[in-house]
Amino acid sequence: MMLEVRKLTSHYGRIQALKGIDVIIEEGELVALVGANGAGKTTLLRTVSGVQPASAGAIWFDGRDITRMAADKRVAAGIAQVPEGRQVFGPLSVEDNLRLGAYRRKGENPAGDLERIYTLFPILKEKRNQAAGTLSGGQQQMLAIGRALMSHPRLLLLDEPSMGLAPLLVAEIFKTIQELKKLGTTIFLIEQNATAALSVADRGYVLETGAVVLADSGKALLTNEQVKQAYLGM
Amino acid sequence: MLASFLQFVFSGITVGSIYALCGLGFSIIFNASHVINFAQGEFIMIGGMATVSLVALGVPLPVAILLAILATMLVGFALEKFAVEPARKASVTTLIIITIGASIFLRGIAQELWDKNFHKLPPFSGDQPFLIAGASLMPQSLWVIGVTVVVIVGLGWFFNRTLEGKAMLATSFNTLAAQLVGVNTKKVLLMSFGLSAMLGAIGGIVITPITFTNYETGIMLGLKGFSAAVLGGLGNGMGAVVGGLIVGIAEAMAAGYFSSAYKDAVAFIIILFVLFFMPSGLFGKSGTERV
Ligand SMILES: Nc1ncnc2c1ncn2[C@@H]1O[C@H](COP(=O)(O)OP(=O)(O)OP(=O)(O)O)[C@@H](O)[C@H]1O
Ligand SMILES: [Mg+2]
Repeated sequence: MMLEVRKLTSHYGRIQALKGIDVIIEEGELVALVGANGAGKTTLLRTVSGVQPASAGAIWFDGRDITRMAADKRVAAGIAQVPEGRQVFGPLSVEDNLRLGAYRRKGENPAGDLERIYTLFPILKEKRNQAAGTLSGGQQQMLAIGRALMSHPRLLLLDEPSMGLAPLLVAEIFKTIQELKKLGTTIFLIEQNATAALSVADRGYVLETGAVVLADSGKALLTNEQVKQAYLGM
Repeated sequence: MLASFLQFVFSGITVGSIYALCGLGFSIIFNASHVINFAQGEFIMIGGMATVSLVALGVPLPVAILLAILATMLVGFALEKFAVEPARKASVTTLIIITIGASIFLRGIAQELWDKNFHKLPPFSGDQPFLIAGASLMPQSLWVIGVTVVVIVGLGWFFNRTLEGKAMLATSFNTLAAQLVGVNTKKVLLMSFGLSAMLGAIGGIVITPITFTNYETGIMLGLKGFSAAVLGGLGNGMGAVVGGLIVGIAEAMAAGYFSSAYKDAVAFIIILFVLFFMPSGLFGKSGTERV
């Protein structure tokens, strides 16, 4: 098992955002987690990345308990996150953003990795000397994904990568996600765009107000009546 | 006429260099934490006083300088670790008040450890002035200016060319994203205090042969460095340098053409003017990626 989240709870002050979450991700899987606004999706990813403390429960990664591990050490251990809203380093150049993605691997020459990212997203190569803040939303999303890949993650966490993008770009981002899966990256994909996410996912979870209410294969969830009504607008 | 003008410019650039170094210290900590570290001036004082003491103990000047810088950096680290870090969840205002408390504390210690007297260092390479168009330029002024230039170039290299420097900048632009790429943002905060302490100490050491130093030196130098940083736009490195030179030169002109009684008022007038009429300073915050 690559990631195992057990009975995880987390709070913002007195507000409980996660109410005992159980999630399992096997090596090589693409797992989607869908849920409405405020369900706790981002909080779950933040807790897995270690930028939000867990109140109780446990997170295991690669057979290690990482519940209390510092965020920077989790990156070194192989967990990378593409955060909600992209969060690129606006005033820094595109290439500097990518280089910072490889921050935990400082000793190594990232030239080969940069080329790999530029092959995946040619537009980033074209704009590599521009400030990241001047990129369009779609380009910033590609940059955020590229930056996360620079750390050679074993587990890639994606928080609503399609948010705010035009349909054509959404399709492109999803195509990239499928390519990454083919290359062997384990992916945990958070989405409000449930149709798209569940169609590409091996398995899926449905989150409601801080708790998992459904867990099944992606296909099964797509045809589940409850899911259809609540998230697929059918 | 020209000679005296030139004389004021020389002395303005010399003290302005120290304000610039101090202003850079304010900016680096501000970028890393949004805290205005009012103990920045004490770094200047500690650097100067420690060097004086070590030299008095018979330590050769270059070694004394190095040790004094290291000691000041340790004070910087300790300030972050024991005063700022434990209160990191508190509001920025609280943190600023903590740094004011720390500055008073450090002055108290300095007064106990040393005394209230003024102390001096010999000029690094004699006191035979160079005469330029009738104005005299002391060799120590050249030391001050030269060292400041070297420090600024070094900082520029660090922030624009090294991964560690870029990680510090990245932390100031977006702390969450910096954490997510694996930057230890706590360490960045610690580093920023160490770096600022180093800048303060260097400034304090090179200026001591000119202005002398005592336990209270840091108050005025700190405030002037602060006005330099505010004038240049808090958080903007190049702005702090330009701001430092402007404050230094304006002060030298005011002292030269009016009365030295107005000298210290200049910095305060600049602070008030900036706060009222251009709160983001001359260069705003946009240029932070260039130091
Ligand atoms: N910084 C915060 N302080 C207090 N409460 C928060 C904070 N962030 C999130 N919350 C609350 O925690 C709950 C879960 O929020 P979270 O951001 O994880 O939801 P989400 O599923 O990612 O929503 P969205 O689809 O809008 O991104 C919500 O009720 C939200 O109001
Ligand atoms: Mg969210």
